[in-house]
Amino acid sequence: MYNLTEGGRATLETAPGKVQSLAGKNGFPAKVGLFFPFIASLLLVAEHLWLPNSHFMTLKPYFRWLIFTLTVTLGVTALYASLKREGTKGVKSFAGKAPLITVLLTGIILWDVVTLKFGLLPLPYFPSPAAVVGALVTEREILAVSVLYSLRLLFIGYGLGILIGLPTGLLMGWYPRAHYWLNPVLRMIGPIPATAWIPIAMVIFPTSFIASVFLLVLACWFPITVMTMSGVANVNKNYYEVARSLGASEAYLLLKVALPAAMPTIFVGLFMSLGFGFITLIVAEMLGVKAGLGWFITWAQGWAEFSKVYAVLIVMACLFSGLITLLFRVRDQVLSWQKGLIKW
Amino acid sequence: MVVGGAAVPQTAFPGGAISVKGVHKHFLDPQGNTVVALENVNLEIQPGEFICLLGPSGCGKSTLLRLIAGLDVSGQGEVRLDGEEISGPHFSRGLVFQDPTLFPWLTIRKNVAVGLEARGILAAKQHEVDDYIRLVGLEGFENSYPYQLSGGMAQRASLARALVNHPKVLLLDEPLGALDAFTRMQMQDELLRIWEARGTTMVFVTHDIDEAIYLADRVVVMTPRPGKIAQIFEIGIARPRNRSYAGLFEIRARILELLHLVERQKPEYYL
Repeated sequence: MYNLTEGGRATLETAPGKVQSLAGKNGFPAKVGLFFPFIASLLLVAEHLWLPNSHFMTLKPYFRWLIFTLTVTLGVTALYASLKREGTKGVKSFAGKAPLITVLLTGIILWDVVTLKFGLLPLPYFPSPAAVVGALVTEREILAVSVLYSLRLLFIGYGLGILIGLPTGLLMGWYPRAHYWLNPVLRMIGPIPATAWIPIAMVIFPTSFIASVFLLVLACWFPITVMTMSGVANVNKNYYEVARSLGASEAYLLLKVALPAAMPTIFVGLFMSLGFGFITLIVAEMLGVKAGLGWFITWAQGWAEFSKVYAVLIVMACLFSGLITLLFRVRDQVLSWQKGLIKW
Repeated sequence: MVVGGAAVPQTAFPGGAISVKGVHKHFLDPQGNTVVALENVNLEIQPGEFICLLGPSGCGKSTLLRLIAGLDVSGQGEVRLDGEEISGPHFSRGLVFQDPTLFPWLTIRKNVAVGLEARGILAAKQHEVDDYIRLVGLEGFENSYPYQLSGGMAQRASLARALVNHPKVLLLDEPLGALDAFTRMQMQDELLRIWEARGTTMVFVTHDIDEAIYLADRVVVMTPRPGKIAQIFEIGIARPRNRSYAGLFEIRARILELLHLVERQKPEYYL
């Protein structure tokens, strides 16, 4: 899913044909592959319902409902896809994802078997998938509120980081004097992990929220500044010469030539900053802030409710992956002029 | 010959006169030694003249062009446009490099409009942008990005971008050097068509003798180490010129000889 190679999307889309031909070689009709996810989810249902539990557990029925719904959905989709013509876009996309879904479901079967069914892993550290799904549902309100708190802190910190980092990088890339004075600061302060400032930040700032904003700004500021600076410094000098001979002022050169030319590098910085932002956000929330996903993890850990910890991890995965996807969408729009853009 | 076939805007934008007097230019090489790029260069270019600077690499022809463009400053001597000393780049001296250097993040229309936008007069002259795109035969590509264009098309766009500013002088640094032979000849003719209609002074740097004698009113032949003007050839052949006209070959032979590129056939006797 996190495919950073250029052909990433293309291979996923061409995969179905190969998968089907493989299935054909084993003597199955080509369309059998479409039913693999359905078969896997049937196995999951069967295993979950009929294998005896290794230990007594009052489980909420949410996991059961989930896998029932999933099985019906996958069965109907496979049936529908097998009746439609092979080349159709939706069919192709489903056929392409079928192996992935199958493996995922097999993984959940294994997880359920080693935890709930055979009790091979110690509790409470390794809860069953049913417990995690149960936690996701029962804790949905507090999870939603935590997401909102985390997003607020992230957006304020990341936003301010960009607001400060982008101009700093531009100035440093453009004016040698700014580079001379700011580079030592960047070199000394930048590499320090922002989280190392926590003890000091907690003392200096009146509230843990402001302290966390400071940490996030610090974390996001560094990559964006470095990448903007090097982006601006590496712009093809001929662009400036042509622009100057066309009557461009210094402001025009900086904002209309250097900035757009450095945009591809700047987006690398924005991506890195976002990653540093996630880390700093969660650590800050785990240590000081009394809200957000990081706080919720620590809190759940304190009660040894590990099913909730896993629930938060799942929420984080979806949230942060979604944010990165959003950033890449924005980049695809802004950099549509670039040939051979790397896909996310 | 003409791809676009559009009429050249007939408004008169008289070319400028360039005067280069006693210009010297030194560089320091990485070892700290002084390299003389130009030594005592004197050149008077008439308004509306088509000048080719010709010579092997290292002869200082591009250096001279950059001095006229105002991108470099000379150590000694002066360069003037219409009597005014050149102190920096200005839109009255348009520039075209061998690499089209279009801004890849802008569409062709916006690339051509850069000069007007930078000078803050785009709103008033928007229509001229499309006129010049048509002039260089790029209509239909207004909204394309540079990476979607071939080398020749990109160079046309680059030419339109320089022309939209109505420069008095157009400085071209081997603008056709990266193009294939056929595109190159076609572009030469288009360049002449635009020049004849506009009357812009042209300073065209090239290392291609055929190109220089086909295009220029005068060919300034330069020699390296130290870079200086060896001789100026008045072509004096009426346009449109025939590429295989004997008169051109005569000049060609003289230039080759000047550059020591023809070995005199020495009689050899083995007795």
